[in-house]
Amino acid sequence: MEAQPITQEWDVEHVRSEFPILHQMHHDDVPLIYLDSAASSQKPRVVIEAIDQYYRTYNANVHRGIHKLSEEASAAYEAARVKIRRFINAGSKREIIFTRGTTEGINLVAQTWGRSSLRPGDVVLSTQMEHHAIIVPWQIVAEQTGARVDYVPILPDGTLDQDAFRQMLRTLPVKLVALTYVSNVLGTINPIAEMTRIAHEAGALVLVDAAQAAPHLPVDVRALDIDFLAFSGHKMCAPTGSGVLFGRQTLLEAMPPWMGGGDMISRVTFSGSTWNDLPFKFEAGTPLIAEQIGLGVAVDYLTALGMDRIHAYEQKLADYLLDRLTDIPWLTVFGPASAQRGAVAAFAVDGVHAHDVAAILDQQGIAVRAGHHCAQPLHSILGTAATARASFYLYNTLAEVDALVEALYHVRKVFGASRH
Amino acid sequence: MYDLYRENILDHGMNPRNRGILSPADVDYEASNPLCGDRLRLTLQLDDQRRIRALAWDGEGCAISQASASMLGEVILGKSLDEVRQIDKQLIFELIGIPLSMNRVKCALLSLKVLTVALYGLGAWQQIEDEAEA
Repeated sequence: MEAQPITQEWDVEHVRSEFPILHQMHHDDVPLIYLDSAASSQKPRVVIEAIDQYYRTYNANVHRGIHKLSEEASAAYEAARVKIRRFINAGSKREIIFTRGTTEGINLVAQTWGRSSLRPGDVVLSTQMEHHAIIVPWQIVAEQTGARVDYVPILPDGTLDQDAFRQMLRTLPVKLVALTYVSNVLGTINPIAEMTRIAHEAGALVLVDAAQAAPHLPVDVRALDIDFLAFSGHKMCAPTGSGVLFGRQTLLEAMPPWMGGGDMISRVTFSGSTWNDLPFKFEAGTPLIAEQIGLGVAVDYLTALGMDRIHAYEQKLADYLLDRLTDIPWLTVFGPASAQRGAVAAFAVDGVHAHDVAAILDQQGIAVRAGHHCAQPLHSILGTAATARASFYLYNTLAEVDALVEALYHVRKVFGASRH
Repeated sequence: MYDLYRENILDHGMNPRNRGILSPADVDYEASNPLCGDRLRLTLQLDDQRRIRALAWDGEGCAISQASASMLGEVILGKSLDEVRQIDKQLIFELIGIPLSMNRVKCALLSLKVLTVALYGLGAWQQIEDEAEA
């Protein structure tokens, strides 16, 4: 699908018209302002209709049936795989493993590559800004193998300490660097290409959590030279339960399977089994057929809009958001300057707990997330148990930034402080 | 609707040519189509000029997979390994002679997969398999 040129102006009202859920009242007389896309994005009409069409007209199991419905389902499911190969510029569709999301993809690598390759004393190098989906799977494998997990520190500005990263690669037996592309709390966009180059020079492989990157900016696994990359469909306009693990083919071929079952085997006898070719070796059982077909449709939708245009528009939102929030004296924004971040901001309001902030925003129609955002270790470094987080996507507007700021002043008022 | 089981497929499928196992064999390789359980083993004997002097197929599967093996065997008998290397998916589709749905394409191509992996390795087969990918 041909992408629209980056110079063409972003027509946010047209984009919004494609998302049915955005046109409703959140409470009586209070319209919805959805600022929680980092948790899960809304879905455009084309994706909703694709799921509907699947169940209405060609619902069947894939790869098994000889009948026409199964043929149609198999063809659509495999077509989605090819679309995703193009979307991240992987070398082969065999490198595209369908998963239920980022978490499953990382656990797959941890339990196959990690469990068979890590030795006692080996280091998996992660960072202090990670989501639990990176931290916990590698802690589990460390327990199983005797390897250990170490963490690159973050600097006060919310970026990773690149000097410490180089130093740790020089002094520790690092086998894998496992890190996020874009922080789900700080919004920091990490320099993945440069960090991957340095990690490879040190002989380590690189696994990237792209849950907050794939929906928002162009991702090219070959240009970045990444070994493993995982992302979720539901954060990028696709259904929950859709997701992808990319792995370098030579690595995937050498890895043992993860889950056993149908579709992943070549031949099964009572004494043992042999494994199917990639990518099916890692896709045991009936997959999430409607969901992955929906992901293919979402990828078409995003590609037609242009990932570089989406990123450029969100940079505009991020610039304005940061400008407005940093003007508020009783509010602390975490994370780096807008040039190095996505359109997401975690913040704290002096004297008001994040859950209370979120509850009062909700009364005004604004959906944000409050809590530790599955990044407890990061919050302990930030010195706060919980933050409120506003996250923006392609359908959000500059006016919604204004509405957020206005509503935050109301939060402050409810809690009795005078307006500055 | 096309007639999937036209005469020559039924003929080759039910009376496959070159059935059996050669012993000794210069090449002996087996692969399966795990999705439907088709299984195919190819044994080959080469002459001094590395031409295919004799071949035999063994295995089990649907009429399409067995007929494609039978017809492919007739094509490659007597050919040099360089000539065999030129064979692509298109030849199989021409031999079968009717449009195949996606899942049946896998049945039809099993014989070419066995032949290609046996002689030139998995990478060569993946190249052939990817040819049609948009």
